[in-house]
Amino acid sequence: MSVAVSSYPASTSIVVENAVKDFTIRYHRTFKQVTVAKVKGHEISRTFRAVDDVSFTVEQGESIGLMGLNGSGKSTLLRMISGVMQPDGGRILTRGRVAGLIATGAGLHPQLTGMENIWLKAAILGMSEAETARKLDEIVEFADLGRHLEAPVGNYSSGQFARLGFAVAVHVDADVFLADEVLAVGDKPFKRKCMAKMMEIRDSGVTLFYVSHAAASVRKMCNRVLVLEEGKLGFDGGVDEGIHYLQYDSDDEEIEGEEMDEMDDDDGMLGADI
Amino acid sequence: MSETTSTPRPAGTRIVDGPLEPPSSHGGLVDVFRRHYLLRLLVRRELSARYQGSALGLLWSYVNPLTQFLIYYVVMGVLFRLHKDVPNFAIHMFCGIIIVHFFSETFNAGTRSIVRNKSLVSKMALPREMFPVASMLVSGYHVAPQLVILLIACLGFGWTPDPVGIMALLLGLAIITVLGTGLALLFAAANVFFRDFSNVVNILTNFVRFGVPMIYPYSIVHERFGPAAQFYLFNPIADAVLLVQRAFWVYSTPDPAQTIRDHIPDNLFPMGLLGLGTSLAILGIGQWVFSSLNRKIPERLNS
Repeated sequence: MSVAVSSYPASTSIVVENAVKDFTIRYHRTFKQVTVAKVKGHEISRTFRAVDDVSFTVEQGESIGLMGLNGSGKSTLLRMISGVMQPDGGRILTRGRVAGLIATGAGLHPQLTGMENIWLKAAILGMSEAETARKLDEIVEFADLGRHLEAPVGNYSSGQFARLGFAVAVHVDADVFLADEVLAVGDKPFKRKCMAKMMEIRDSGVTLFYVSHAAASVRKMCNRVLVLEEGKLGFDGGVDEGIHYLQYDSDDEEIEGEEMDEMDDDDGMLGADI
Repeated sequence: MSETTSTPRPAGTRIVDGPLEPPSSHGGLVDVFRRHYLLRLLVRRELSARYQGSALGLLWSYVNPLTQFLIYYVVMGVLFRLHKDVPNFAIHMFCGIIIVHFFSETFNAGTRSIVRNKSLVSKMALPREMFPVASMLVSGYHVAPQLVILLIACLGFGWTPDPVGIMALLLGLAIITVLGTGLALLFAAANVFFRDFSNVVNILTNFVRFGVPMIYPYSIVHERFGPAAQFYLFNPIADAVLLVQRAFWVYSTPDPAQTIRDHIPDNLFPMGLLGLGTSLAILGIGQWVFSSLNRKIPERLNS
C-alpha cells in the first residue's frame, strides 16, 4: 500500500487524518431471531460511530495523554494506532515499531511455563530471537518472579500473571509506546518500578501515547493532552488546560485520591482503565 | 517489523528511519512468512499445549488414524470382502488415511483457529493469517511420523523407492498443504462472522473421507462410471491420495506394473498438476476473502 506521506516531516511519529470508526451492534443473530424481529418491526442492528473524524499529528518524542469519559472512543483510537483495527474512513500512519502496554496478558498460555511465555510474548510483540535473548535477563529481573518462572503460568496469581506480561511489554524497543492497561493487580513496589520504567522510556525519546483517567499521572508523564468526547476530538493542547477542560482538576482529584487509597501520584498513573 | 535502534538518546533527538505507514499489516501470507520466528513459537505453543496433562501425549495423534484404519479394515475388508482383488489393501488404505487426516485436521483446526485465539486476534496487531497457517503446520507436524510408519510397513512388503514415486509424494503433499491452507483461511474468516461455518466444515470433511480412493480402490470408480470417472479426479484430494498411493502402495505390491495398470489412472500426473492449480486458486480466493473480511474481524469476534 503506497501512501503519499511527503507532506509530513521526518520527525512526525503518528498521523491521524479524519479517522472514523463505526461499530455495528447486532441485536439478533440467528435466522429465527432476525425474522421475528423484522416481522415485529424491531431494529435488527444499529451502527454507531466510536471515533468521529479525528485528526492530529504527533511528533517523535512527544508524550500524549489521551483522556475522556468512558465510551468516548479512547480505546478504539488506541487500537487503530496499534494496528489492531483499521479506520473505516480517513487514515492512520505511524513510524517505526508500535508496541507497549496493551493487552499485556494476551497470548500468554496457561499451560506453558513463565519462561516459555516470555519468549512467546516477546515474539508476539515483534521481538526477534536475538533481541529476546539479549533482553532476557532484564525481563526476568523486572518480572521478579524467582523460581515461579519454571512453573506453568496457569498456577500464577493474577498479580504474578500481570507482572510477567508487563515485564516483557516494557522491554520492547518501541518507537511509539502505547499504554492502556489497568495495573490494579500489581503490588505497590511493582507499580513504582513500572512507573520508573515508563519515565525512562519517555526520556529516551520514544513517543508515548498514554490513556488515563488519572489527572495527576497525566500531569506527571505527558506534555500534551487530547480529550475525546463521544468520538470527537474535543481538546488538543496543554496538559493543565486539557485536564481543566475535562473538569478533572478540581473535585475529581479528591475522588481519585480516595480510589487510589493511600497511593501517591506515581501509582495512579498506571490505573488507566477503559 | 522495522528495525530500530536500541540505544537511548536524549529526548527529541531520537531518529526513526522507518517510513510513515499504516500500522496494521497488509501483506497477508507474505507477512506470515516474514515473521516466521513467531510462527514457529506459535506452532510450538500449540503442540506442547495440546498434549499437556495427557499421559499418552503425542501418541494420541496416532490413535485416531490407527483406529480409523482398523475400523475400515474390518468393515470393508473382513465383513464386505471388498479388498480381495486389491493387493496390499492395508497399505492402500493407510496412504489414504494419512492424507485425509492431514487435510481434515488442517481444515478443522484452521477454521476454528481465529475464534480460538480470540484474545490475541482482537488485541494484538499480528498478521491474522498466522493462525490458520499455524494450524496447518501443526497438522503437518503429525504427518511426518505417520509417513515413517507407512514407510516401514512398505519396506516390510519389499518396497523400493522410484524417482517418479518421490515426485508423486511431493506433489500429493503439496496439494494438501496448499488446499488445506486455502480452505482454512477462507473458513476461518467466515467462522468469525457465523460460527455455523465450523459445522459446515465437519460435514464437508465427512464427504472427503468417502470421496477419495481410500476404503475402495480407484479401479471400482473407473468400472462403475467409465469415462465419467474423470470427474472424480477433479477432486484434488483424490489426486493427492492416488499420488501418495503411487509413491508407496504401488511399489509394495508384488507386481507394480500390473498394479499401475489396474488401479492408477493414466493421467494421474496431469490431473495432479491440475489439482495443484485448483488448490492454488482456492488459496488465492481464501487469501482474498480473508483480506476483505480482515478489517471487521476484531469487532465481530466480540459481538
